[in-house]
Amino acid sequence: MNALAKSFAVAALAVSVALPLSSGQSYAATPADTLVIATRIDDIVSLDPAEIFEFSGGDLAQNVYDTLVAFEPSNLSGGYVPGLAESWTISEDGKTYSFKMRPGVKFHSGNPVTAHDAAFSLQRAVILNKTPSFILTQFGFTAENAKEKIKAVDDMTLTIETDKKYATSFVLNCLTATIGNIVDMKLAMEHEKDGDMGYEWLKTNSAGSGAYSLRGWKPNENYVLEANENYWRGAPAMKRVFVRHISESATQRLLLEKGDVDVARNLSPDDVAGISGNGDLRIDEDLRGRIMYFSLNQEVPVLAKPKVQEAMRYLVDYEGMANTFLRGQYTVHQAFLPLTYLGELKDKPYKLDVAKAKALLAEAGEADGFDVKIYVRNAQERLEIGQSLQNTFAQAGIKATLEVATGKQTLGVYRARKHEIYLGAWGPDYPDPHTNADTFAHNPDNAFEAKNTGKLAWRNAWDIPEMSKETEAAVQESDRDTRAEMYRKIQKDHQMASPFVVMLQKIEQTGLRKNVTGLYTGGAVSSVYYWTVKK
Amino acid sequence: MIHTVLTVAVTFVGLLFVTFIIGRVMPIDPVLSVVGDKASEEIYQAARLAMGLDKPLYVQFAYYLGDVLKGDLGTSLLTARPVAEDIARVFPATLELATIATLFGVVLGIPMGVLAAVNQGRWPDQVVRVLGLFGYSMPVFWLGLIGLLVFYGVLGWVGGPGRLDIFYDGMIPQVTGAILIDSLIAGDLEIFANAVSHIVLPAAVLGYYSIAYISRMTRSFMLEQLSQEYITTARVKGISETQVIWRHALGNVLVPLITVIALSYAQLLEGSVLTETVFAWPGLGFYITNALLSADMAAVLGGTVVVGAVFVGLNLLSDLLYRLVDPRAR
Repeated sequence: MNALAKSFAVAALAVSVALPLSSGQSYAATPADTLVIATRIDDIVSLDPAEIFEFSGGDLAQNVYDTLVAFEPSNLSGGYVPGLAESWTISEDGKTYSFKMRPGVKFHSGNPVTAHDAAFSLQRAVILNKTPSFILTQFGFTAENAKEKIKAVDDMTLTIETDKKYATSFVLNCLTATIGNIVDMKLAMEHEKDGDMGYEWLKTNSAGSGAYSLRGWKPNENYVLEANENYWRGAPAMKRVFVRHISESATQRLLLEKGDVDVARNLSPDDVAGISGNGDLRIDEDLRGRIMYFSLNQEVPVLAKPKVQEAMRYLVDYEGMANTFLRGQYTVHQAFLPLTYLGELKDKPYKLDVAKAKALLAEAGEADGFDVKIYVRNAQERLEIGQSLQNTFAQAGIKATLEVATGKQTLGVYRARKHEIYLGAWGPDYPDPHTNADTFAHNPDNAFEAKNTGKLAWRNAWDIPEMSKETEAAVQESDRDTRAEMYRKIQKDHQMASPFVVMLQKIEQTGLRKNVTGLYTGGAVSSVYYWTVKK
Repeated sequence: MIHTVLTVAVTFVGLLFVTFIIGRVMPIDPVLSVVGDKASEEIYQAARLAMGLDKPLYVQFAYYLGDVLKGDLGTSLLTARPVAEDIARVFPATLELATIATLFGVVLGIPMGVLAAVNQGRWPDQVVRVLGLFGYSMPVFWLGLIGLLVFYGVLGWVGGPGRLDIFYDGMIPQVTGAILIDSLIAGDLEIFANAVSHIVLPAAVLGYYSIAYISRMTRSFMLEQLSQEYITTARVKGISETQVIWRHALGNVLVPLITVIALSYAQLLEGSVLTETVFAWPGLGFYITNALLSADMAAVLGGTVVVGAVFVGLNLLSDLLYRLVDPRAR
């Protein structure tokens, strides 16, 4: 070895020795009173409950704020239970709700939680008029009348007056949504700027009474929660919750296997399979509210033919998709209400049947098939579903081209009614059947100028005066069982004849260290609960 | 001097203009990023107005330029914070990573290049060239994941993804934003050690490209020098081989190498997107990618300004160093 090679070897050696030495620290499990979660949180745009409308934001609000009406995490299907409101009564005409506040509850700031805070929070959500505000304004509240319709009678009594009589379950379910979270009025107003009711400040800070207070938030990086020792449901076992944004499934898996995190929430089917033999870990499954569907724009003549629509229902390999590339992450589901919702429909009348589809196409006068474009956003699972559809459609002569683009691009096309077939996912906005019924089966004005972009029936130009009336009736029916039956009927009709083909419902697979118990990810109706976790 | 300043100014405006136009003609609807999929038309239109998107393009650009001159890069849609503040937060992470990666490149790349040149055609040369080829052709996300699996997952020599173990998040006051420096300022050696263990692997993976590039350039510069007459003269004079190679030849190569290193550094600063994704490294590349995907144009433009500034700045710097090192350039 000459002098040169020697000096190089020394340099290389120095670096390789420095590597292990510099690691220094040992990698033990996370502290016993701390919960560490790897997940994707880059969808959070705001921490203000009046504006939060994304999954991760909802997860955070669930633990930092409280609602008047809530759910019991261990029994989500049991329906709503008292939250910050201890009890409620409804007037004879069914329009006025009186809530009795739970005494002795305090915000993180130390201010007492009163009916004035509750009134302020709901009024504020209506007045600020952010995206999720419709959950409240659908009861007839406007920026002008909010202060008169939602008011504190005294410190402990709040009344809410709706414009019409609605199903009690509908009103109360809506109050469990993120927008129903109660904000510390005093604290928020201390930070008011130009009459914004504390909006600018609450976008990045918190003012709640929940199980945890927000200790820090770095957008797209992490947030840290600290336990509220005086929480009215009892102090949480986990004193701190660290949530870090990790976008890659493989990375989440590695962190979980090493014990650097307790929970990994976005594992791919491959990584779930990969850790299934690991005795230190566990996979929990929970049915979520998101459904996967495709829809046919009724402004495209061929797609408006009933027989063509029916044929397409037989051109989907439901079981094949669920069992191969989606394994474990979706279950076959064919109605617009997610399972576990009031009025769920379990019927699955369709399966892949090319011969039947061909016969239907022939009846429709399309025996030779046709060309069609499917708009798909460039996410792995959507692309795979798109390709599967492309394949099964082709077996009956329908030549589908995938128009792949980013989510924002495809949405733009969809909202402008410019698509042919749109492959989409839809998550319910609040835990009541009206949320999806209103979206999939309600279209009071099909005119393009109506711009009812929030309704999928409108986006697909599907004109349904009859079904719209049925949907309106169901939301006013006060008997719970009758109401559920009404939704089942609408869904059956929808399943038989509509431009929507609902295919799948999401199952969330969460990877956990074995010692973590009591983590409820929220089921189809709610968000994640940290305060129930023990280690 | 005036000429330089003018060039820089024009470059910047041009850069901003092109990015701005690309952002606007992209078939992405920035309003949807703000209001989400489910907003009603009324809320959608209100947001559109608030964002000034109803105004003609040139007016929007003029407004933007005016704001930038005032040091205001706008507000990010994604984080709801001023873009300048966001970048001040994420840039140190990238700067730290790229600096360590470049150190790898310099410390290993230059000796490797020299070694290869001196042993031209023999096995050390072949090894260096093969390593360089790998460095160029291996996808960084693959290399990063394998690195994580081996050094973090199996061997446990280095820290996992992220800049620190999660419990250290926010434990030391942020001064420069570079954790290696901040932890030393705070006098917390435990956090320093943890930060080192986290940066070693991503910096090595990123630095591999730098090593490949710098060693290849060093090799060719050295070969050129070693064939010069003055080298032969020096050898004839009986100066030791080590002296000839490291002092005379390498000394003359240093000047062009400065530009190579500066360019490589600039590339690492803006090109670390995939590394940052694999290693959950919250830096500028990650920030701009996210912003682009969400049509967060204020953030994209802000990031572009910074990347542009880095390129121009490093170019100026290498020019200056040139003049310092090489008397002929004065």
